[in-house]
Amino acid sequence: MSDIADRVKKIVVEHLSVEEDKVTENASFIDDLGADSLDTVELVMAFEEEFGIEIPDDAAETIQTFGDAVSFIKGAQ
Amino acid sequence: MFDLTGKTALVTGASGGIGGAIATALHAAGATVGLSGTREAPLQELAETLGERAHVLPCNLSDAEAVEALPKQAIAAMGSLDILVNNAGITADNIFMRMSDDEWSRVIDVNLTSSMRLCRGVMRPMMKARWGRIINITSVVGVTGNGGQVNYAASKAGMIGLTKSLAQEVASRGITANCVAPGFIETAMTDKLNEKQKDGILTAIPAGRMGTGDEIASAVLYLASQEAAYVTGQTLHVNGGMAMI
Repeated sequence: MSDIADRVKKIVVEHLSVEEDKVTENASFIDDLGADSLDTVELVMAFEEEFGIEIPDDAAETIQTFGDAVSFIKGAQ
Repeated sequence: MFDLTGKTALVTGASGGIGGAIATALHAAGATVGLSGTREAPLQELAETLGERAHVLPCNLSDAEAVEALPKQAIAAMGSLDILVNNAGITADNIFMRMSDDEWSRVIDVNLTSSMRLCRGVMRPMMKARWGRIINITSVVGVTGNGGQVNYAASKAGMIGLTKSLAQEVASRGITANCVAPGFIETAMTDKLNEKQKDGILTAIPAGRMGTGDEIASAVLYLASQEAAYVTGQTLHVNGGMAMI
């Protein structure tokens, strides 16, 4: 697994207090990992900080799953 | 009684009577304060009176870009932003049939829209800190209505709806949002009233007098404190009993 995916997973595990093996490619933050809409905003904030990028609101709305987050961040770097 | 040592607070309209009293009370409780307002001279004067832990942050609240920038400037000056007091407000009174679009939008823009923008601007740092206090200064007329103040009353009622909704969204993050609703307070705004108007008002106030800026500041200080952590989405009326809601 890439370094980016590891770092994203660490943030998700810590923030949503979920088991690491639940954070799979297609795991939806809201439907599968128990996030509420405010959690998803906070996750995006945490990604921005960790990777030194800016994620605009319209892009943030497309980040629904762990896989979405990893591929967005890969593209942004 | 309430200790705000280490906390930072941004107060808009700090050049006015109530805003100045609020900034002074928060400062006296140990907070570092950011004094915002349109007129720089009275802000400088207040900052000098307060001494350390006071920063002057002039801002024209009808300028959207300046409002967006204000929370960032406050954080740059103070290092963090824990407490936001949206106190700035203007009036443009007129009987409703003569109220112009301009009178309506000026009041809504400064009182309601700029408050919303500032609340939005402080969300990120407060969410990260898992602690925040938003205190919106509304008015008794936002709840009771007042002839001649359709625009002002609408802006103040709007602040209450904003505050309640925001409070629900962020309560789980240690952030509270409340309103303080002053009744008639001795300020430049109420100085414009003539004696007859003042007498009329006093008969409607059980306490038999106008309130002071310090009495509003005390309510704000309570809501800003750690002790008020479980109070959110509320409107605290400070009006000498003129409206019991």
